[in-house]
Amino acid sequence: MTSIAIPSGMPQYDDVPRFDVARVRADFPILDREINGHPLVYLDSANTSHKPRMVLDVLAEHYARHNANVSRSVHTLGTEATEAYEGARAKVAAFINAPSVDEVVFTKNSTEAINIVAYAFSNASLRPDGDPRFRLGPGDEVVISEMEHHSNIVPWQLLCERTGATLRWFGVTEQGRLDESGLEDLVTERTKIVSLVHMSNILGTVNATARITARVREVGALLLLDCSQSVPHLPIDVVDLDADYIVFTGHKMCGPTGIGVLWGRGELLAAMPPVFGGGSMIETVTMAGSTFAAPPARFEAGTPPIAEAVALGAAVDYLTGIGMQSIQWHEKELTAYALDALGSVPDLRIFGPTVPVGRGGTISFALGDVHPHDVGQVLDSLGVQVRVGHHCAKPVCSRFGVPAMTRASFYLYTTTEEIDALVAGLEQVRKVFD
Amino acid sequence: MVQLDQLYQEIILDHYKHPHGRGLRDADDPGDQVAEAHHVNPTCGDEVTVRVATDGAVLHDISYDGMGCSISQASASVLHELLRGRGAGEAFEVHEAFVELMSGRGQVTPDEDVLGDGVAFAGVARYPARVKCALLPWMAFKDAAARAGVGVSPEVKA
Repeated sequence: MTSIAIPSGMPQYDDVPRFDVARVRADFPILDREINGHPLVYLDSANTSHKPRMVLDVLAEHYARHNANVSRSVHTLGTEATEAYEGARAKVAAFINAPSVDEVVFTKNSTEAINIVAYAFSNASLRPDGDPRFRLGPGDEVVISEMEHHSNIVPWQLLCERTGATLRWFGVTEQGRLDESGLEDLVTERTKIVSLVHMSNILGTVNATARITARVREVGALLLLDCSQSVPHLPIDVVDLDADYIVFTGHKMCGPTGIGVLWGRGELLAAMPPVFGGGSMIETVTMAGSTFAAPPARFEAGTPPIAEAVALGAAVDYLTGIGMQSIQWHEKELTAYALDALGSVPDLRIFGPTVPVGRGGTISFALGDVHPHDVGQVLDSLGVQVRVGHHCAKPVCSRFGVPAMTRASFYLYTTTEEIDALVAGLEQVRKVFD
Repeated sequence: MVQLDQLYQEIILDHYKHPHGRGLRDADDPGDQVAEAHHVNPTCGDEVTVRVATDGAVLHDISYDGMGCSISQASASVLHELLRGRGAGEAFEVHEAFVELMSGRGQVTPDEDVLGDGVAFAGVARYPARVKCALLPWMAFKDAAARAGVGVSPEVKA
């Protein structure tokens, strides 16, 4: 990397907070593993991240010491469990700078969070007294993009099928950026909701949302951002982002699987009808009908993933302790290094931005004509774990004319040595399939 | 790299780089029943189309096209090589042997007299994530044959 001199008085490279990667790696027990006789080189954090010991300990400790159901017991254990669960909600709220703790709804994952919003829309559409902001019918439009994960495509396709609304989408440029050129034609008075990925899980692109948000406000639509790939890697402030909803998932941010988050502006969540019915989400129930609790409980029917939520709170503590700004910078340096290093591999084509600006540490590529499955298999034999396939984003693969891609993705524990191991592994792939 | 060599046997790489009988073809004999099946592996996007031309007794041609990894494409080439020109009954015995080999988690010793180049896939059976790749063309073949009016197992005929 070449660095240019920054005039004095301006923020300098050395001002960026940093952390010791070796010490961070020592927190992750799995990183000591060997794979096929080689040290583990885990380059699949966009798929799921590893968990530090602190998170694993909290998970075990919760079951060993504080296990009880939440929000329904007067006994001591029940109180402890409820405090831990609600405490985790407060940690998550602070992590994304949510104005109110009650704006954080715990879900199973991002997919469920998006589906809750989509089904709240269709439930509102079925009720004559449904809030007009959520009511959809023929002539109304939902806008997504070609860059989405399937989880931010299929729920809206289904919603449009149920309501007769029309699904439209932003395209993707050859450079892997969101094509905003048709913004004014795409987002119009007919648009009820725009649901976009904040950081692409396949191209690594981080979308600049300000222009889109301004247009969404202008036409009176709502904006959902799929932050599954951004919340784990960048400092996120929902007030700054000025979105109406964001969704993310715990397992990509050092937390356990089975826990995700829907954040929504309080006033919107309060106006949304429930989606899942059951225990915990009610105000009162009679045989003739029910009334519902205020958010977030309204959207958390049944016993929630309690230990998982508590452990997500521990993950938030862990990430906050290291500092999201320093994690972002670490990954920016890794990305710059990786883009350079991968650029040196013959016949390698990178999909998505090839400069470390407006992108995160997720890089997808093709190696000549070798199928990604074969690339991944040879890399695995060398201990290098990458994702291969369509990455639950088939429209992106189609956009770039390939059935599948190979993807390397980084996190706070990733090192430049691991990127070197990837590049060396790709040489091996070329030898097998030359 | 020893394990990897078991997976990527020379024979497999050879079929992948120089596939036999690739490309969908019309039947030579206008009297033949011709049918095809298109199968995809939804987890990775591999796809293959297998076309069978048969008079009901002999599989006169098995042609195919597809895109995917070396294992799935080599497997289609081997399938063509092994089953084209065979009697239907015999072909399904080979089919059964190949499926058994792939389902055997590496514990099945293949019979080279039955499976020919198919024995090279014995190593693939040790990689559960890749078994589907190897089976993809064989499952498409089974469906295509059934549509062309030949099949052995009841669920295919149904």
